[in-house]
Amino acid sequence: MMAETRAAFVKLDGVEKHFGAVRALDGVDLEIRAGECVGLVGHNGAGKSTLMNILTGTLEPGSGTISINGAAEGRYSVSRALKLGIRCVFQELSLCPNLSVAENTRINHPSLRGPGWRRRAAALIAQKMDEIFPGHGIDASDIVGDLSIGRRQMVEVARAFTVTDDPLNLVVLDEPTSSLDAHTAGQLLDFVRRFVGAGKSCILISHLLGEVLGNADRIIVMRDGKVVAANDAAAFDRDSLVATMGGAAAARIPAGSNGRKGEIGPVRVKARPARQTNDMELVARSGEIIGLAGLAGNGQTDLLLAIFDAAGGKRSGMEVTAPVALVAGDRQSDGIFPQWSIAQNIGIRSIERMLSGMLISPRREAELAAHWQQKIKIRTPNMNNNILSLSGGNQQKALFARALGSDAKIILMDDPMRGVDIGTKLDVYDLIREEAQNGRTFLWYTTETEELENCNRVYVFHSGRIVANLSRDELTEEKVIQSSFGEVA
Amino acid sequence: MVQVKALLAKPWIWSFVGAFLVWIAAVAFTRGHGGGGMIIAALSLAVFMVIVGIGQMFVITLGPGNVDLSLPANIGLASAVAMKVMDGNDSMVAIGLLAALACGFAIGAANYLLIWALRIPPIIATLSAAFIIQSIDISYGRGLQIKPPPGFADFANLRYFGIPVLAMLAVLLAIAAGIVLNRTVYGRSVLAIGQNLRAARLAGVKVQRTSFLTYALAGTLGGIDGALLAAYFRGANVDIGNEYLLASIAVVVIGGTSVAGGKANVPGVWGAALFLVLLLTMLNTFGVSVGIRLVLTGLIIVGVITAAGGPKAER
Repeated sequence: MMAETRAAFVKLDGVEKHFGAVRALDGVDLEIRAGECVGLVGHNGAGKSTLMNILTGTLEPGSGTISINGAAEGRYSVSRALKLGIRCVFQELSLCPNLSVAENTRINHPSLRGPGWRRRAAALIAQKMDEIFPGHGIDASDIVGDLSIGRRQMVEVARAFTVTDDPLNLVVLDEPTSSLDAHTAGQLLDFVRRFVGAGKSCILISHLLGEVLGNADRIIVMRDGKVVAANDAAAFDRDSLVATMGGAAAARIPAGSNGRKGEIGPVRVKARPARQTNDMELVARSGEIIGLAGLAGNGQTDLLLAIFDAAGGKRSGMEVTAPVALVAGDRQSDGIFPQWSIAQNIGIRSIERMLSGMLISPRREAELAAHWQQKIKIRTPNMNNNILSLSGGNQQKALFARALGSDAKIILMDDPMRGVDIGTKLDVYDLIREEAQNGRTFLWYTTETEELENCNRVYVFHSGRIVANLSRDELTEEKVIQSSFGEVA
Repeated sequence: MVQVKALLAKPWIWSFVGAFLVWIAAVAFTRGHGGGGMIIAALSLAVFMVIVGIGQMFVITLGPGNVDLSLPANIGLASAVAMKVMDGNDSMVAIGLLAALACGFAIGAANYLLIWALRIPPIIATLSAAFIIQSIDISYGRGLQIKPPPGFADFANLRYFGIPVLAMLAVLLAIAAGIVLNRTVYGRSVLAIGQNLRAARLAGVKVQRTSFLTYALAGTLGGIDGALLAAYFRGANVDIGNEYLLASIAVVVIGGTSVAGGKANVPGVWGAALFLVLLLTMLNTFGVSVGIRLVLTGLIIVGVITAAGGPKAER
């Protein structure tokens, strides 16, 4: 490869970072050259985010050295990293929800000052959005809090690529496509290739192994705070990556292994999107896993929320005959109670069942938590620790435990696998199939086409309407994508 | 040593430490005279702050923007209602108390109705409710001081082993509030809503019912407070609740409850109430004028809230 001969832009040597007794990084060497896209993979908690925090100056390494362009950096910091042109798009979005897209752009560009700064910031971000995501439909004056999580992610990514005073040499993309649908994700990855082609560098962190294999020049695999493999992307395939990452042995979801064995029972949910013009409606029976597909933000979440509300009272065009629970995908704004322990976060949906007399029984609460810790493998020494002590993927497991541990017969899932590693995903897929066989109904909105293979039936959404209804046998990626753009499948 | 550390990690401990320091300062000034009496007097007066403070704590814990500013007017009206119903007659005390409770509950319910049905922000809804309530009180009580029945007044000033009975009851109330907050469906719902309203709704928490109960609870506690104040001070009047506007919020915040919601602190309400009362006692013993006393009280409250808010921002 050409890249082999180029000098390293970034070089980390023997970097260590400990948090108390936890060795987040245990002696990591890393080299990023100009003009290459490096894929970084590993399970949740392997140390990827910690490593990137050190690279971008957010965290100080416990020991080890950082050199940029061959010069050792003594006092490395966020502002120093920005001066050197190193930026990061974090997995937990960093936009201010109360500000507009243009105002958020201004935060990264102090040079946009004086009269008319808002207009110049708007032009800057709009130009970059058009370049990366043609046809994005986002206005620079939109308030970020009003955008769907997918669109917020698009803004976040585009903002990282805008340039004013500081140079731009290396962008770290931490799960950049987790909330993007296949089409938008494709646009971003194409842009990354062009960016790298122009001599810049990129680190791509993703749990979607196909995305990494298809777009990275080199791949670095991390496990337990160490780099366990680093090689040209061509030297890996999906199975060898999964094996190197450790953990889950089965790499692929066996096709057709959905819950057909279980009984398909009576109708649990009948729902028509508010904007539906024809007589198509979503029907879900007990024991079924129903997929909601299509481009992100085309009415899937709205319908899930409408079904959630309909379970509490009457709503026209809706029929919901059993209790519901929702697994949020947007953890921070829809799911987590940040002051509470893991056990309390799991228990909140079931507090009424944990009463003994008038009071919540601490024993039952602990039992519920312990049961699900073991069943869904939440990695923590103590379920009474604060929920934020968990990694993102494990927080998500706690949200699954909240819903699955409840009395709900209908489980609504709002793109719940964002930023979750493949081992966890496979565990959760198994759990979902098992629960469906026991008679539960799942409504599953996902932006990852692969996940639809778990479903008995898939409804494809476009512009707030259901445009296609595909059974498991009819389901192909092509059909989903075709219908997603409003064409008749 | 470990126990001391664990104790220092509790956010409510600081309000008690503050109360203690203020008391030491006052006793030092008097060269040790009247130290015990100061504590007993402080206990008697702190009771009334604790009762409204607990109600306010539940409201503030509901999350940003939630506050009940109608409590002073509520206290004033409930005190008048209780005294008029009792009409100086010891046999009517129970009915008078019930009337005060009902009056407070109705005010709380009306507050929530304004907030929910008309979608007015709580700060404005409860403030405008306060004006309406005060006007009702003025026309109802005609500005006259109404005397409590002698038995009820004696009860409010009763002491066992030198300790005010009302203070004992208020400790029980605080313990009950702690249990309600942490061990009941209602309490957990309040805490969940305060942390993240949207997540609470999506986790199946009954948001509207919980908010209604919270404003009703705060109103009811305001009503009881009004009746007890009228008994303790041997008479109801329109201004009887005035000092509880700032005090009810100050005891909550100084006590370690998060203004951002979702994190409440019951023991801290007691500590903060003692701190505020002893602070006044201290300034009185120093013999400073009323103006200076008010300025100092305001500055000290601001200082304590700033100091108490410091470590929380780190999280």
